[in-house]
Amino acid sequence: MLGIIKQKARCGVFPSSTVGQTLQRVRLSLFALRNYSTAPKEMTVREALNSALDEEMSADPKVFLMGEEVGEYQGAYKISKGLLEKYGPDRVFDTPITEAGFTGIGVGAAYYGLRPVIEFMTFNFSMQAIDHIINSAAKSNYMSAGQISVPIVFRGPNGAAAGVGAQHSQCYAAWYGSCPGLKVLAPYSSGDARGLLKAAIRDPDPVVFLENELLYGESFPVSAEALDSSFCLPIGKAKIEQEGKDVTITAFSKMVGYSLQAADILAKEGISAEVINLRSIRPLDRSTINASVRKTNRLVTVEEGFPQHGVGAEICASVIEESFGYLDAPVERIAGADVPMPYAANLERMAVPQVEDIVRAAKRACYRSAPMAATA
Amino acid sequence: MSSAFPAMKILQPLSTTRSPEKPLFDLLKSPSSFLGSASKLRFNAQKPSPSSSYSSSCHRPSTIVAVSDVVKEKKTLKSNSSLSNLLITKEEGLELYEDMVLGRAFEDMCAQMYYRGKMFGFVHLYNGQEAVSTGFIKLLKQEDYVCSTYRDHVHALSKGVPARAVMSELFGKTTGCCRGQGGSMHMFSKEHNLLGGFAFIGEGIPVATGAAFTSKYRREVLKEAGCDSVTLAFFGDGTCNNGQFFECLNMAALWKLPIVFVVENNLWAIGMSHLRATSDPEIWKKGPAFGMPGVHVDGMDVLKVREVAKEAIARARRGEGPTLVECETYRFRGHSLADPDELRDPAEKARYSARDPITALKKYMIENNLVNEAELKAIERRIDEVIEDAVEFGDKSPLPSRSQLLENVFADPKGFGIGPDGKYRCEDPKFTEGTAHV
Repeated sequence: MLGIIKQKARCGVFPSSTVGQTLQRVRLSLFALRNYSTAPKEMTVREALNSALDEEMSADPKVFLMGEEVGEYQGAYKISKGLLEKYGPDRVFDTPITEAGFTGIGVGAAYYGLRPVIEFMTFNFSMQAIDHIINSAAKSNYMSAGQISVPIVFRGPNGAAAGVGAQHSQCYAAWYGSCPGLKVLAPYSSGDARGLLKAAIRDPDPVVFLENELLYGESFPVSAEALDSSFCLPIGKAKIEQEGKDVTITAFSKMVGYSLQAADILAKEGISAEVINLRSIRPLDRSTINASVRKTNRLVTVEEGFPQHGVGAEICASVIEESFGYLDAPVERIAGADVPMPYAANLERMAVPQVEDIVRAAKRACYRSAPMAATA
Repeated sequence: MSSAFPAMKILQPLSTTRSPEKPLFDLLKSPSSFLGSASKLRFNAQKPSPSSSYSSSCHRPSTIVAVSDVVKEKKTLKSNSSLSNLLITKEEGLELYEDMVLGRAFEDMCAQMYYRGKMFGFVHLYNGQEAVSTGFIKLLKQEDYVCSTYRDHVHALSKGVPARAVMSELFGKTTGCCRGQGGSMHMFSKEHNLLGGFAFIGEGIPVATGAAFTSKYRREVLKEAGCDSVTLAFFGDGTCNNGQFFECLNMAALWKLPIVFVVENNLWAIGMSHLRATSDPEIWKKGPAFGMPGVHVDGMDVLKVREVAKEAIARARRGEGPTLVECETYRFRGHSLADPDELRDPAEKARYSARDPITALKKYMIENNLVNEAELKAIERRIDEVIEDAVEFGDKSPLPSRSQLLENVFADPKGFGIGPDGKYRCEDPKFTEGTAHV
């Protein structure tokens, strides 16, 4: 392997920037040969987002960041740490508490060629600005017949955190995902976060970027490729986190982690689960999901939001439309409870999907469990 | 709302050339003065209303009003106080002191409980701002409404919600004032007319304006005698840049709603200084722009706040309309218990700590021989016991049961509505079988 890589490098097949990476990989593999354990570089989601913002802002002077507490406070969740010092108050704006106002300002700036990144302290606050996100941003390219494009990114934490009550815990993936004209992304790992945020900032259309507060502090290994400043993930492609052959589990954001844990538990019981990280809610990667279901013949969709009209409902409909003949069992939908998020800790745990719920659903789909009534 | 009162939409600022004999519009049939100011305007020249010195919907007043002069007068009185000029009696003083100590001790205990893991999520403490809550809310009756933000523990306590109920709500227990379903930021109490508890700033202001609307509607349209409830809307300096604030100032002044908008200006919105966020930092000036008096008061002094509050609440009760009161105050702790509070200058914090409202009231009462140390100490001990009891109660209370998760989503038990017989449809076995007439 070493010889082949050296040969390729001499032939100039790899562009020079990747030679360094290749050599690094070679070094790593050498270490592996010598049985040294070198951990691949780990990065928290927070660092990933921060580095992505940093790199995009330095690459393009039209990119600016606007939101509450993004400057002097270093970001309400410290995502924009250090950016004010580096880029100054002309590019990192602390706003007053006027979501409708500053979202509108961002959209207007985007109409005229700037590339704003608007941060909502949580996506719940985006409801105060939703008129601008949908009516001013999402619909503009269509209404103007292509004359006005809106290269804006709306980002912030989405979904439930810990004990923050009903008004801070809603998941907006389904709401924004139903709106034509918007692209909706939901990263899981640090690599996802970096690649998708960079893609979003470079994208000429409005992108709703749904992060998750509880994932900010989690570390994931990142490949050297992901650390490169031109690293971009494609929008609209899901990732198969783990291959399997018995049941397909689709999830996004935090639920991907839960699904992977569930897949481990299922593996011990002889069920091999294929876990798909959706990454992109709109456009939804129907072809990957359908290909997977045609392989495994069973589907479990997992999401944190409310069940009715949720992401799982759309996936279910898509699969039934395109792969009905391949389904061996009804599609199982796991979603949050159909109630506003309660505050009490035990009720909150019941209102959000847990790993056991995913395991039970997968088993039901594989006809390996007791009837549903007994497990309720 | 506006469709019910079409007259309001067409109202233009009256020009002085319009003659009083000629009616403004013929559509204005209703004699109710609720439709407002319109009927007053028609006869403006003939019957000048007594409140026109403050504001009337058709022209804007030029200066800030008498209320602050009241305060200035009282201030000078206070400085050379003799017994007959004191602002409070002994009983009132003890009541105010007890309420502020309760607020402070409760919030300190919340911090302790949070760090011990019994409380979770977002907890926003009110330390330092007690004078505003006590100064205003202690003048209210049970039927008056209070609407607040996420920093609402002390507003709840001042309004009369028992400390036990608030503490167990914070613990997430089923004996809390909202059965553990609301939490720190969402305190509601029907009995005490505490409207919440809203996490989104600016959200409580229209709700409070609605409560004021209800009380006026009840009095004038439904003709309920004696309904003169006043609403207090509490919010911060950050909220004053939000659109909803201005929309409500406009409507409250337009319809002369019995509401007092109380701005707790503690100069900081999480880490955003008020001066960095606001083009004109003097919030009280924004009242006259909408046709209501704007008052600025020292929010660290409960007696000054109380004087202003008396006048504002009385004004609202008389039906003269809203008032905007800006209380300059300060929060001794961070925005929430998760806020590292690094951006505020320690010198600023020290300056305000020296003006602690509880110490100030204590000093005033002792200097004027209203009370002695022993009585105040007794109050503090009693409050400590109340708090300890509240914590114990919260600890011992049960967690909500599993079945509580799906309860209270609708007022109607299953969401199917009311049937033709006037009872809930879900109680009709035929409905759920699918054989009932729909």
